[in-house]
Amino acid sequence: MLKIQGLRATVSDKEILKGIDLTVNAGEVHAVMGPNGSGKSTLAQVLAGHPAYTVTGGSVEFDGEDLLEMDPEVRAQKGVFLAFQYPVEIPGVSNAYFLRTAYNEIRKARGEEEVDPMDFLDIMEQKLKMVEMNDVMLNRSVNTGFSGGEKKRNEILQMAVLEPKLAILDETDSGLDIDALRVVANGVNALRRPDRSTIVVTHYQRLLNYIVPDFVHVLANGRIVKSGGKELALELEAKGYDWVTGPQGAAA
Amino acid sequence: MTTTAFLDDVRAATERDGEPRWLRDLRARGAERFAAVGFPTTRDEDWKYTSAAPIAELDVRAISEPGGEVTRASIAPYTFGQDGWTTLVFVNGRYDGELSTAGLASAGVRVMPLEQAREEMDDVLRDALGSICDVEQNAFIALNTALFADGAVIHLGKDAVATAPIHLLFIADAAAAKGASHPRVLIVAERNSKATVLESYVATGEAVYFTNAVTEVSLADGASVTHLKIQRESPRAYHVGTIDARQGRDSHFVSFSFATGAALSRTNVWTILGGEGCGATLNGLYMADGTQHVDHQTRIEHQKENCYSREVYRGVLDDTAHGVFNGKVYVHPEAQKTDGKQENHTLLLSPRAVIDTKPQLEIFADDVKCTHGATVGRIDNTSLFYMKSRGVSALRARQLLTYAFAADVLEQIELEPVRASLEELTLARFTGANAAA
Repeated sequence: MLKIQGLRATVSDKEILKGIDLTVNAGEVHAVMGPNGSGKSTLAQVLAGHPAYTVTGGSVEFDGEDLLEMDPEVRAQKGVFLAFQYPVEIPGVSNAYFLRTAYNEIRKARGEEEVDPMDFLDIMEQKLKMVEMNDVMLNRSVNTGFSGGEKKRNEILQMAVLEPKLAILDETDSGLDIDALRVVANGVNALRRPDRSTIVVTHYQRLLNYIVPDFVHVLANGRIVKSGGKELALELEAKGYDWVTGPQGAAA
Repeated sequence: MTTTAFLDDVRAATERDGEPRWLRDLRARGAERFAAVGFPTTRDEDWKYTSAAPIAELDVRAISEPGGEVTRASIAPYTFGQDGWTTLVFVNGRYDGELSTAGLASAGVRVMPLEQAREEMDDVLRDALGSICDVEQNAFIALNTALFADGAVIHLGKDAVATAPIHLLFIADAAAAKGASHPRVLIVAERNSKATVLESYVATGEAVYFTNAVTEVSLADGASVTHLKIQRESPRAYHVGTIDARQGRDSHFVSFSFATGAALSRTNVWTILGGEGCGATLNGLYMADGTQHVDHQTRIEHQKENCYSREVYRGVLDDTAHGVFNGKVYVHPEAQKTDGKQENHTLLLSPRAVIDTKPQLEIFADDVKCTHGATVGRIDNTSLFYMKSRGVSALRARQLLTYAFAADVLEQIELEPVRASLEELTLARFTGANAAA
């Protein structure tokens, strides 16, 4: 599904990704872990097409197509979804309107018919239950005045509605209490299917108790320095990042 | 700068008879003042960013015969679908009784065209007309005072509450071409009375004409008046309008100015908080494109203690449009405990659009809380990326973000049908769907 080869990227002329190789097959869950500044959030943002990052080398193939050539909205229309570490507040646009617009734009891009507001509400109803959200949230402006936990739930709600092929969760667990973490994880797990893949970017092993990965990768100084199964996360939790990155070797 | 056409009108007006002595005197003062000062130039501090020259050079004459072909169908888009409202319709500056609707009557509330008020409310007129907007204030007020031919008078008796909004709808069609109208509105709110008044200036065509409106609002102690102005004049029209309020103790004045029309427009919203415990809320939204020029000047004068003022103006400017916002707040030495907040935010959609924003606070009391802030910006890239990352096209994302920026201040409008209608208009304007705004 996703094939990253030798990916390099800079922000403001500073190289953050220094050659990433990663292959994600359909149905797999990959965890990308690493200390602060290792480049793991950058990887997530580059895959979604954030304009602040410049790709300077390597390639990314998504379902056989060149992902890096696509505008962010095209990536989303093809099935890539990034759950933001810091979801953006958009005062003045209601959650329901935003979601319906996104849902319909994606359908339109795929040559499917748009759904009307009433039918869309039916779709929303089930999805809201999945993330234990109240429908009052639909009428509020996107993320505006939401608590940290509500914002993260809203990201998962969007993901549940848009049903991406590849979901990238960028530190979705940061700032969440254990209840919110459980809700978010349940939402992600409910969407798991053999034809969908997930990349979980996280600093801590905690989330991986709930979203069990098939593979764990450790990122340090812009490179993947170690890969393994789910037990690698537990080992990291016990031994700390220094164990793989060397004493403060990579953390910037 | 030629003001010949206007001076001809003024001369004709002072020769008009059949009006009571006090009114003729008032008009004469306006005429003299206008003849003496003429239109302001950009050397005038209040007109630094807006040149009145295009107005001075207009070849327009006061409209004597309204003419026009305005029908119920042509006003329908502007009445918010509210039959219960008291709606006075003015076609090309003149009251049209056929198109107007009385709406729900409220005890103690009198609403009538100026002509009728001269017969039935001479005492109210004589006391109040020109008592708030003095001809010395500026040339446009002087000109209006000399020339007003029509308008409306709203009188709210003591404790009277207007159960339905009162809508003054000024509509111009092709027959307004090369014409000038000087509508005059007087709102007198006695003790503890309450009303919502809308003033709409709309057009069915693209005629070149000039509107020079003056609205005086007198709020006695405890009175509460909400005034909504909707300026959607013809794209080739010129519009100058002043709304001037005087507030008594514990009174509340709420104003909203929505401006999207006219080639050049200037709206003044002024109020004096002249008693303790009053509040003034002045909000507005301006949206301009092409070569439009849209100017707002607000003036809030805190004269007494324990009053508050709240002000939020937002603007969206595209192409080579030019916006001006000048927000003045004066706090007199005795106006202690004044609580004032002012904000002006403008979104520029084009590198050639211009905004001149000038908050102006003059505070002479020492125990006050006054803040102001002005921002000028472009579409936020982070928000844009966020929307795009959800599959929303770049164009649609820009449209939605622009709408959201503008609509933020529309939330302040309490009158639901008006808020909903203006939101729809704003959304259509930025999403391209029958962009009637």
